[in-house]
Amino acid sequence: MAQVHSHLNSFHRMKTSLLLPIVAALAIASDASAFCGFYVAKADSKLYNESSQVVLVRDGKRTQLTMANDYQGDPKEFALVIPVPTVIERDDVDVMEKAIIDHLDAYTAPRLVEYWDSDPEQRLYPAAAMAPMGPDPFSAPAKRREGAKALGVTIKREFSKGEYDLMVLAAEQSNGLITWLNGEGYQIPEGATDVIQSYIAQDMKFFVAKVNLERQAKQGRTWLRPLRVSFNSKKFMLPIRLGTVNAKGPQDLIIYALTRQGRLESTNYRTVRLPTNLDIPPYVKNEFGDFYRAMFARAVEIEKMSSVFIEYFWDMGWCDPCSSDPIPNIELRALGVDWLKGENEQRPQEGEVYITRLHVRYDREHFPEDLVFQETGDHENLQGRYVMRHPWTGKADTEARKTYFNETLPKRREEEAQTLARMTNWDIDTIRAKQAAYRSPKQKEGE
Amino acid sequence: MQDPRYYQIAVLTGLLVYGIVALDFEVVPLQAVASVGGVLVVQWLFSRWKGAPWEWRSALISGLSLCLLCRTRDIGWCLAGATIAVSSKFLIRLGGKHLFNPTNLALIVLLLVSDGSVWVSPGQWGSVAFFALLLACVGGLVVMRAGRWDVALGFLFCWALLLLGRSWWVHEPLTIPLHRLQNGALLLFTFFMISDPKTTPDSRAGRFLFAALVAIGGWWWQFLQYGTNGPLWALAALSPFVPLIDRILPGPAYSWPKFTPTSTPSIA
Repeated sequence: MAQVHSHLNSFHRMKTSLLLPIVAALAIASDASAFCGFYVAKADSKLYNESSQVVLVRDGKRTQLTMANDYQGDPKEFALVIPVPTVIERDDVDVMEKAIIDHLDAYTAPRLVEYWDSDPEQRLYPAAAMAPMGPDPFSAPAKRREGAKALGVTIKREFSKGEYDLMVLAAEQSNGLITWLNGEGYQIPEGATDVIQSYIAQDMKFFVAKVNLERQAKQGRTWLRPLRVSFNSKKFMLPIRLGTVNAKGPQDLIIYALTRQGRLESTNYRTVRLPTNLDIPPYVKNEFGDFYRAMFARAVEIEKMSSVFIEYFWDMGWCDPCSSDPIPNIELRALGVDWLKGENEQRPQEGEVYITRLHVRYDREHFPEDLVFQETGDHENLQGRYVMRHPWTGKADTEARKTYFNETLPKRREEEAQTLARMTNWDIDTIRAKQAAYRSPKQKEGE
Repeated sequence: MQDPRYYQIAVLTGLLVYGIVALDFEVVPLQAVASVGGVLVVQWLFSRWKGAPWEWRSALISGLSLCLLCRTRDIGWCLAGATIAVSSKFLIRLGGKHLFNPTNLALIVLLLVSDGSVWVSPGQWGSVAFFALLLACVGGLVVMRAGRWDVALGFLFCWALLLLGRSWWVHEPLTIPLHRLQNGALLLFTFFMISDPKTTPDSRAGRFLFAALVAIGGWWWQFLQYGTNGPLWALAALSPFVPLIDRILPGPAYSWPKFTPTSTPSIA
């Protein structure tokens, strides 16, 4: 039997060794307007060690939950257990393309924009749960059902979708369910008993997925695609408790909520905006991923790790600056946004759908209960946007230019250093040294 | 005895400033001006109309509470909230008392009619601010010793019992009900809304009964119907039954200390 290397969770984990720090300096569109700032880099979900991504589409009582899963291990060891409020039918499950989630990630990621100072003579710069699998559990159905029944487990539904074999289970006792799952080859971690029992007591069902290796081989894919599950329930929540049972440390969860009315917030934890629209030293362009990680860690520390952070909220009808192509209606429909008008539009109409990107760093101690949400009527846009301003590179040969080089620029540099130090807890002297050493591409040209 | 409303005004103002400065509440100064200014103006108009003396303290408390609880991006809704709160004191009356807690009624009406433009954020206080808030509220109890501490404590006791009981029933660890109890919005509700002496039953037994009913109603709404802001909805839904409770369990009506109660003041 395979060794347990992850927790029982609805989400995935990413191996540390697979992490790639983001490369900050991307191509800059030369014709973009300097006033709006160029989009140059983003801090997407690949930054975090233990991260999961879910898309939450909510319309009235209908929830559509897509779980992105970049599980990198052996697919035969993969399994997923999620508590769900109702029995899930075959038509309520779909397999998505991973590219759609990556697109949402890129579209909403915190971004770095850059401005170039103009000649001071003319104008100053513009203000601007996994468990491994053993023997094939899908053999001899009748016998299995009997065995399940004896343990108080009812197999409510059993079907296949894409590369997955899926089951919906109801149970009377967590011990029975765990014994049965373990007998079927899942290894449910110690400590999950109480959590599972509390979901059973709330009459929740369990949605269990594993990879059908034969079908996966036929499809010729090596990765696992995201699963979307739909259900009707007044409960508007995300179960995170199972994920904290065996976790070794805090985990990151990124939630993309697509809603009809406005911004999403948690009703049982504080929902906080991340610091944004700040001027930071241009050298950060080369280490934007590190900057964002440090800033997020600092924000988590200030909030005593008990808040949910908003990284992005916007009407999906427009964006400024856009950090990727707009999300076309066809992708949004695939995620479950089925109220959109128009078939082939490149993006929804304004006011049709709103996106909230929430980022939670959680563990069992600070997040004892599942996340509960409400949709608000808030339409105030918010994006993680960090600004770098490159100095003008001419000569100090007039009064205005002298003032620019001797007063304006040093003052601004110091303010940027202070801001960066405050936001990241980085050492101010190191920041100043890096600032002094940095040369923008234009400066290099001039040298 | 000192009028306890001064203490309440001080605490609510402090909370509002703290909420805006430290907790990033989405309250812009203009909204605060609209809510507070709105209640004072409407109170003044009604005082003139009814020939009652100008009473600003209770109105100010209603305005500050609205600022703390009502979230909107539209000044119009702040003004509507202020109008509903104060007018309800003058217009919806039974047996010489106003029926609804003004802020509570204003919030519920706005939630019902604004089509999502108004919301209440019960999680925004977080548990970090909880203990400071608890201290301020307990301080309020001391100041209000002749007031309605019984309804506040009665409600809190029943609410805690229900949360603990449910968690025990569904095998949740103790940390879950404790996390739910460490909620700033719950304290505001307990010490500044349900404890309003003018809209709670007159007798102590009646007040305990009322507190228990509100706790049960709020719990039902929040944990069986999966709604938000259970206590707010329960208080509004059960307030019309206060006259009935007063009839079954009569007691002396409350009046503010050292104050002529002709203008029907209120807390929150």
